[in-house]
Amino acid sequence: MSATKLAPRDQGAPDYTQCLHPAMAKNYGKWVEHERIRPGVLVYTAENGDKLYTVRAGSPRTMSPTTIRKICDIADRYCDGFLRFSMRTNVEFSLTKEQDIEPLIEAIKTELGFPIGGTGASISNIAHTQGWLHCNLPATDAAGAVKAMMDDLIDEFENENFPNRVKISTSCCQINCGRHSDIAIIVQHHHAPRINHNNMQICELPKVVAICPVAAIRPTVVNGNPTVEVVDEKCMYCGACHGQCPSMEIRDADTDTLSIWVGGKGANTRGGPSLMKLAVWGLPNNPPRWPEVSDAVRTILDAYREGAKDWERVGEWIERIGWQRFFEKTGFPFTKYHIEDGPNAMWTYNRSTHVRI
Amino acid sequence: MAKKKDDKGTNPGLNTPLLDELEDGPWPSFVSDLKQWSETKPQVAQLLNQLEESYENRWNYWTGTVLNVSGYGGGVIARLSEKADKYPDLAEFHTIRIIPPPGFVYSTERLRNLADICERHGAGILQLHGLTGDALALGFDNESTFAAAEDLMANGWDLGGSGAALRSLQCCVGQARCEMACFDTMKTSRFLTNHYIDFLHRPEFMYKFKIKISGCANDCANAMIGSDMPIIGTWRGPMQVDQEKVAEYIDEKGVEHVIDNVITRCPTRCLSLKGKELVVDDENCVRCMHCINVMHKALKPGKDQGVTICLGAKRTLKIGDTMSSVIVPFLKLETDEDFENLTDLIDRMWEFWNDNGMDHERIGEFIARVGLGTFLEGCGIEPDPRMVQSTRTSPYINFEELAPGDFEGEREQQPTVWNREPESRESSS
Repeated sequence: MSATKLAPRDQGAPDYTQCLHPAMAKNYGKWVEHERIRPGVLVYTAENGDKLYTVRAGSPRTMSPTTIRKICDIADRYCDGFLRFSMRTNVEFSLTKEQDIEPLIEAIKTELGFPIGGTGASISNIAHTQGWLHCNLPATDAAGAVKAMMDDLIDEFENENFPNRVKISTSCCQINCGRHSDIAIIVQHHHAPRINHNNMQICELPKVVAICPVAAIRPTVVNGNPTVEVVDEKCMYCGACHGQCPSMEIRDADTDTLSIWVGGKGANTRGGPSLMKLAVWGLPNNPPRWPEVSDAVRTILDAYREGAKDWERVGEWIERIGWQRFFEKTGFPFTKYHIEDGPNAMWTYNRSTHVRI
Repeated sequence: MAKKKDDKGTNPGLNTPLLDELEDGPWPSFVSDLKQWSETKPQVAQLLNQLEESYENRWNYWTGTVLNVSGYGGGVIARLSEKADKYPDLAEFHTIRIIPPPGFVYSTERLRNLADICERHGAGILQLHGLTGDALALGFDNESTFAAAEDLMANGWDLGGSGAALRSLQCCVGQARCEMACFDTMKTSRFLTNHYIDFLHRPEFMYKFKIKISGCANDCANAMIGSDMPIIGTWRGPMQVDQEKVAEYIDEKGVEHVIDNVITRCPTRCLSLKGKELVVDDENCVRCMHCINVMHKALKPGKDQGVTICLGAKRTLKIGDTMSSVIVPFLKLETDEDFENLTDLIDRMWEFWNDNGMDHERIGEFIARVGLGTFLEGCGIEPDPRMVQSTRTSPYINFEELAPGDFEGEREQQPTVWNREPESRESSS
C-alpha cells in the first residue's frame, strides 16, 4: 500500500433509514395487514391506509454490474429509487402506485428476464453456496446446479401450488453451508482423504489432528518430514480436515455423489424447527445440469403436493404419514444407510409399537 | 477481446460448451450475464473458462489463502487459481465481503455506488447476498483488494466478518414492511453490528459467531437453524383477536376449514371455537405464529412485545447438528437500557465461551460439552424451565448442596470456573 491517508475504518452497517422506500420509512412499525394479490405480488397496508405493493422477482444471485444497473433503472422508474433483496436472493420492488404494477412486471421480465414469484406456498429461489465459481473446497457447483433446478421448477416459483412453502438448498461440500431446508442437496465423499505428504508444511498439523470429529488423524513422519496419517476404519469422510488443510484432499471426481435430504425447517411455527433427514443417496455428480437430482427432487415434490395437508411443510408431512409411507409414495429405496449411527442414534429409532401395518 | 456478440456469445476468448447449456431454460442465467460482462472485463472470460474446466473434470481449481486490509483481520476471502499459468488474471482473484444495509434494503444510489466501486477495481461481479449475510464482490487481486477496500470505506461501506469472528449480522425486513414483526429488527441489527464492530473485524473468538434476527417466530432470517444466536420477536400477554374478522373469516372459509387449518394445528391446543368466536388460552400459547399466519387479518401478536433469545445452532460438522435452545425466554428490546441488557448478556456469554472453549469450538458445541447448566452458571444466568423440553432423565448428579463435608469438617468451597463472579470485559483485559 502506498502511504496515502486511509479511509475511515469500522463504520459498521450502512444506515438503513437512507435505504428505505419512502412509504416504508413513513410507516415503519405501523403496518397492519398484508395480502397476496397473486403469486409474486403482495400489498401491505399501514394504519393510515397507505398501501405498498411489492413485486418479488427471482435473481441468479451472481450478477454483473450491467444487471445491477438494470435493476436500479427499474427501481428508479417505478419504485422511487429503492429496492430490497430477500433472504433467498430474490429482488423485491416496492411501489405505491397500483397502476404501475403491470408495467413494472413487464420491465422486470423484458429488461432483466427475471421471473415473478417465490411468495407463499411456492418454491422460492434456492439458497446458494459458492461452488466451483469461487470456493476452495467444493466437490460440485452451486450456481449451475441452482440454475438447472430452477429451470425445471420455474412453474413452482411462479405459482403457489403447494400445501406450504418449500425451501431448497444446495451444498457443495459436507460442511453444508446450504444448511437445513425442506429439500437439500449435499455432496458426499466415499473414501478417506488422500494426503499430499509433500505439501503438509503449509498446514498446522496439531490443528489438523484436533479437527477430526472421530480422532482418525494422528501425527506421523514420512520421508523424514512431519505429517499425519488417517485411520481408514475410523474416517467418516466428512472433510473437516480438508477445510483445515488443503493437503488433505477429500474430493474425488470419480466417486463423489450427491444425496437429498428432506424435512429441515427453521420456522418456529407449529412443531418448531426440525433437522433434515436423508431421503436419497448415491446420485451422480453430473454437470452441467444434474438431471438425476432434478428428477428426484421432482418426485419428492409431487408426493408432497399430493399427500400433505394445507400448511404442512415437507418434514411435517413425513412426520404425519411416517417414513414407511414416504418411501412408498416416492418409490425410493429405504436402506441400512438411512438408519442413524451417530451418538444420538437411538433417539431416531421407533421406540414404540406404533407401526403402520 | 471481440466486441461483437450473439446469443451464445462469440467472445473468442471463451470456450464454454458445457456452461453454454446453462444459458437455456427460463430461469435467468448467470452464465449469459457473465459471458456478456466478459467483453468489458476480460478476466471474467478466464473465470468462465476455468469454471468450464471444473464442469468438464468435476474438479475445483481454487486455493484459499489469507489477505487482510490494513486494520482488519477478516473480510477478504482470498483465492488463488491453480491454473494461473493458463488463466493469469485468476492468479489472485479474491472476494470482498461487504456489510449490507440491515434487511438488505438499498437505495439505487447506494447499489450503483457499490457496483461502480467493484467495477472500478476488480472483475465487478456481485452476489446479493451470500448465506453469510454479506454482499459479495468477486474478482480482485491483492493490490486492487486494498484499493477497492479504501474506496468502499471512503464511500461509507465497511467490510464483513470472516474467520473466528462475529460475522455480518442478518435480519428480516421487520417493521419496515411487516405487520408481524414484534421488534425493530433493522435497528437491532445495526446496533449490534456497530457496537461489536471490533469483534467483527478482528477475529478473537474460539470460532465464528453468527447473530441473525427475525421479527417473529416465522423466522424469515433463518436464524433458528442458521445462527449461533437467533433473536426472535415475541410478545407477552394475550395476542390480539379481532372477533369480527374471525367471524368474517369463518363465513368466508367455513367452520371445517378453520378447525382443520387453525384449531387443530395449534401445537399447544390452546385454540377453540365457540360459535364464531375464537377462544384463546393465552397462558398456553407458545407464540408459534401459525394461527396468525392463517388468519392474519383477524389475529395479531400481542401488544407487549419483545424477543426470545436462543443460542447454539450450527450445521453438522463436527459433533453433529446443534439446534438453538432458549437462553432468554423474554426480553424487552426498546429502550437504551434494554439494549444494554442485551449487550451485557452477550458480553458474559462470549467471555465464558472464549475463556473455556476449545479451538474451533462453536458456542453450541461448547454448551453440548459442558452442559447448559454449567454454561448458565458461568454466564450468571438464572436457570428457567422454559429453557428445556423436559427435566433430566439421568439420576447421576453432583448436588453441591447435598455433598457431605470432608473428613476435616465442613466441605470447602472450591473456586471453580463456573461459580466465580463473571468479570466485565474491561476488567479482564
